[in-house]
Amino acid sequence: MEALIYLFKDYTFQTVALGSAILGLISGVLGSFAVLRKQSLLGDGVSHAALPGVVMAFILTGSKDTEILLLGALISGLIATYFIINIVKHTRIKFDSALALVMSVFFGLGLVLLTYVQKIPNSNQAGLKRFIFGQASTLLQRDVYFMVICGVILLVFILLFWKEFKLYIFDDEYAKSLGFPAHRLNLLLSFMIVMAIITGLQTVGVILMSAMLIAPAVAARQWTNRFWVMVVLSALFGAISGIFGTAASSLMAKLPTGPAIVVFISGIVIFSVLFAPGRGILQKVIHRKNLKLFLRDQGGDGNVPTV
Amino acid sequence: MSPQFEIQLVAVIVAVACSLPGVFLVLRKMSMMSDSITHTILLGIVLAFFLTHDLSSPLLIVGAALTGLATVWLTETMNRTKLLSEDAAIGIVFPLLFSIAIILITKYAGSVHLDTDSVLLGELAFVPFNRMVLFGYDIGAKAIYSTMALLIINLAFIITFFKELKLVTFDPVLAAVVGISPSLIHYSLMMLVSVTTVGAFEAVGSVLVVAFMIGPPVTAYLLTDNLKHMLVLSGIIGAVNGILGFYLAVLFDVSISGSMAVITGLVFLTVFITAPHRGLISSLRRRSRQKIDFSKKTLLFHLYNHEGSEAEIQEAGVHTLADHLHWDMGLTDKIVKALLKEGNIIIENDVIKMTDKGRILSVAEYEALFSD
Repeated sequence: MEALIYLFKDYTFQTVALGSAILGLISGVLGSFAVLRKQSLLGDGVSHAALPGVVMAFILTGSKDTEILLLGALISGLIATYFIINIVKHTRIKFDSALALVMSVFFGLGLVLLTYVQKIPNSNQAGLKRFIFGQASTLLQRDVYFMVICGVILLVFILLFWKEFKLYIFDDEYAKSLGFPAHRLNLLLSFMIVMAIITGLQTVGVILMSAMLIAPAVAARQWTNRFWVMVVLSALFGAISGIFGTAASSLMAKLPTGPAIVVFISGIVIFSVLFAPGRGILQKVIHRKNLKLFLRDQGGDGNVPTV
Repeated sequence: MSPQFEIQLVAVIVAVACSLPGVFLVLRKMSMMSDSITHTILLGIVLAFFLTHDLSSPLLIVGAALTGLATVWLTETMNRTKLLSEDAAIGIVFPLLFSIAIILITKYAGSVHLDTDSVLLGELAFVPFNRMVLFGYDIGAKAIYSTMALLIINLAFIITFFKELKLVTFDPVLAAVVGISPSLIHYSLMMLVSVTTVGAFEAVGSVLVVAFMIGPPVTAYLLTDNLKHMLVLSGIIGAVNGILGFYLAVLFDVSISGSMAVITGLVFLTVFITAPHRGLISSLRRRSRQKIDFSKKTLLFHLYNHEGSEAEIQEAGVHTLADHLHWDMGLTDKIVKALLKEGNIIIENDVIKMTDKGRILSVAEYEALFSD
């Protein structure tokens, strides 16, 4: 317990935990939209596709400032999203194939650029790889400020376009018929999801970012049927896992932060799926048992299959 | 064999071996499952390594293949609860297993040469360093034999069960009715994908295995409707990608597997834009042709409707037509000109009138569309 109090007073821990919490919050909110639109894996695709952007930004500017590298990531993530949307629109190739193709090709391009950078004399490329696996412990205070600014912008947009987005994700045909610009809403939402992914790259890396987007939303979905409750819960779950994951990795030796956060949020998902009232598996099992007993009381043989 | 030739040979074998099961993944809409499996096999390799403490043990492959199957099973179990959709299930299972693998590696395996970099990124250039020695003779790089075995397994499976695979892919219900178990075939295929991934990741890294599994089949999918042709085409495209990728890498002195993935993307892009019938150009042309065709019919119906009525001057007036149809001026001009040229309409005192030919065409089109 004392170790815990000591830890929470630690400056580095405060920075990293705050960063992870904000990341969890942002990805929790945006993830709700992605999951309900059944585009959960877009996060996986975009985060892989961000790699060439990071390296390209470094090649062009020679700077290792997080903002510049993330700008590169944002651009290449958006290009990838644009490719995916257009491949699906113009051919019979399905979303998942287009996603798998585009993300792996972009990742390959990222590796090519990375090996190219390593050959440039006098270039200190160390640190670019942290975007592949993420290194929360390298978060600086200015990185956290940057995340806060991105987060505030995203939340303001969400609040401004709340009713449009809500209508669009639940019934896009109806939104179109009411005269909302569905295509532009789709682009704006994709843009915002990509931006949320990019802010998380530093902390958890390209591979685990997809979990940060999906898991809080899926967990929150089990507890409620109201959209705004789901978004708030999802943000909460994300933030909590960010803090606890960071704490766990600080208290235990050699426990990487990104994976710790992911394991934590996955635990919340499993708990929610099992025990959530109304939808959870436990409740279903009890309900079935009661139904069986009831049927036997009514004179049935008790082996009636129930749905 | 020169090292260059060995690298190219392995590249081609891996690319072909990956593209074969990939065809079925693409057709069964399971492309992202390959992404998932390529990440989770890391956990299998780590666990098997803890058991054997030997990085070259065949148990590692068994472990990896089993985790591949476990991934598929876990994903489907989660999906079957209907509490979350399939893509969300994939997106939760693989990061979790992958995270556990990374935690295990960083915690316990600090002293061994098992790092996430080599599993995820791979490097084809190291292939010639690992030699296969038989009775004291050097008979080529080890990877040639291991990937060749992989290719043979894949080919044998697909040739033997071609009929079953085809039926299960396109009509699982019929397959079940005639006594072919869709889930047995499904899990065999997933086993194949896992084994292929394990066999290929050493050479090319697990993320890029996805490019080789999905890239060539998706490209071939734009070129043919025939499953056999698609399999053969995928193999050819994979081989071409492998060789071109190698030369690109040599030219710029960069990662070989990375450039193979880049070439995969470029080849796909070329086919995507130019493919006959299904490419971007033909899709855009078809759409614009359909739009003009549809607009012509709309105008003819519109004229037929208002022919002889009081509002005809307004409804069919050259200057007011666009407003009534909610068209922009450019489109209206284009359609009117086209119909004039075909002799279906004439313009009298700024009012568009149908010719007899146009009237007959209008009725015929209407009949074709709306009568049973």
